[in-house]
Amino acid sequence: MEKATWTVKTGLAAMLKGGVIMDVVTAEHAKIAEAAGAVAVMALERVPADIRAAGGVARMSDPQLIQEIMDAVSIPVMAKCRIGHFVEAQLLEAMGIDYVDESEVLTPADEAHHVDKHSFNIPFVCGARDLGEALRRIAEGAAMIRTKGEAGTGNIVEAVRHMRAMMSAIRRVQGMAREELMAEAKAMGAPYELLREVAETGKLPVVNFAAGGVATPADAALMMQLGADGIFVGSGIFKSENPEVRARAIVMATTHYDNPSILVEVSKGLGAAMPGIEIGTIRKEELMASRGW
Amino acid sequence: MRTVGVLALQGAFVEHIAALRKLGAETREIRLPEQLEGLDALVIPGGESTTIGKLLVTFNLLKELKNLARRGVPMFGTCAGMIVLARDTTQGYDQPLIGAMDIVVQRNGFGRQVDSFELDLPIPKLGEAPFRAIFIRAPYIEKLGEQVEAIAQLPDGRVVCARQENLLVSAFHPELTEDLRLHEYFLSMVPEH
Repeated sequence: MEKATWTVKTGLAAMLKGGVIMDVVTAEHAKIAEAAGAVAVMALERVPADIRAAGGVARMSDPQLIQEIMDAVSIPVMAKCRIGHFVEAQLLEAMGIDYVDESEVLTPADEAHHVDKHSFNIPFVCGARDLGEALRRIAEGAAMIRTKGEAGTGNIVEAVRHMRAMMSAIRRVQGMAREELMAEAKAMGAPYELLREVAETGKLPVVNFAAGGVATPADAALMMQLGADGIFVGSGIFKSENPEVRARAIVMATTHYDNPSILVEVSKGLGAAMPGIEIGTIRKEELMASRGW
Repeated sequence: MRTVGVLALQGAFVEHIAALRKLGAETREIRLPEQLEGLDALVIPGGESTTIGKLLVTFNLLKELKNLARRGVPMFGTCAGMIVLARDTTQGYDQPLIGAMDIVVQRNGFGRQVDSFELDLPIPKLGEAPFRAIFIRAPYIEKLGEQVEAIAQLPDGRVVCARQENLLVSAFHPELTEDLRLHEYFLSMVPEH
């Protein structure tokens, strides 16, 4: 019997496909998310919108809070560590968390290095803005990728940019000759072997979710139609007027992402979405997506 | 030509479709009741059983699938699909189940993700070579009814693959491997017409 194999790590992400992973800050939220049909929850102290508002250094959540959330639900529980903070990741592994998100939403602990994720028994998900960044994270051991988007804004524009960049690069490299692939690998800073695999298969070697700015069922469906395998919703649910109803609606929209008449039905009467932020109004040094490399 | 539906509400349905196509079956993604028309068999994939169960209710599929199972349409449930086909879970979770198979399953039977594993599993029905079985936060079968046949057991005796007439379940994920033998076995349960 072998544990923590690559197949076992990527396999859990494969089981989450077509589903919605929701940020929760209490055990009660976690139960609401589970009841709404979330495939997993992300346990954290504050949703990204509140992290953004509070400023200061954002760190891994209190293990006691994470434990309460793990005890409250039967679905997988994820939690965030800071970029490069491998000790926070060790704590999460020791707690038996199901997936670690090495996340730009928290303040980076290392500006030069991400966590060596191969050395852990638990799987990791990492954010990426383009194909090169995704392949660097996968080479470090990330078993799942998500777009960075711009968390806590309720604005889908950055997630769209990142997903389009990835999908467009995948289509582009498929038509390249071997020698062009080496030049491309150098240009995008991606490991050659992984890039060659993408060129041959026409897809990322791991599951790729959309994250950062999803606020409505239509946002979720948009990301699915652009090629996402599933959806992370951070502030979009519990910063909205009616979290239970909105959570259910986003789950239904993710399943029926290509069926506009169902999308109309699930989008009715949800109450106010979270207030959004125009990306241009955020100071450059406060953009979360530019954390990590 | 036989048409196999693959429940596509959530989970690893694409992998099942790929396996079935390699074996020459027609496949159809199932998200709504009207898509069930004329199906010869149905696969219920791995995913989150709570999510799949809730969506079955929301989109009026639960009753339809209960009827299909009762009519003898072959169904194959893997992992979450096994839970959804089961009569009950040992933990007595309040989650919608098709409940057609006389088994009681232990959800997350081996623990959390850190305890997920793979191993070479002997499945005598599929021949001498063992099957690379991948268990991800997997359930196992705690109780089997009289009409249920155990098809594979772990070295400790826990039942992880079973059949009851038209219903086949596995706690592991054949769709994540290149080994098509279990899908082939399932298709052998589907009559040609």
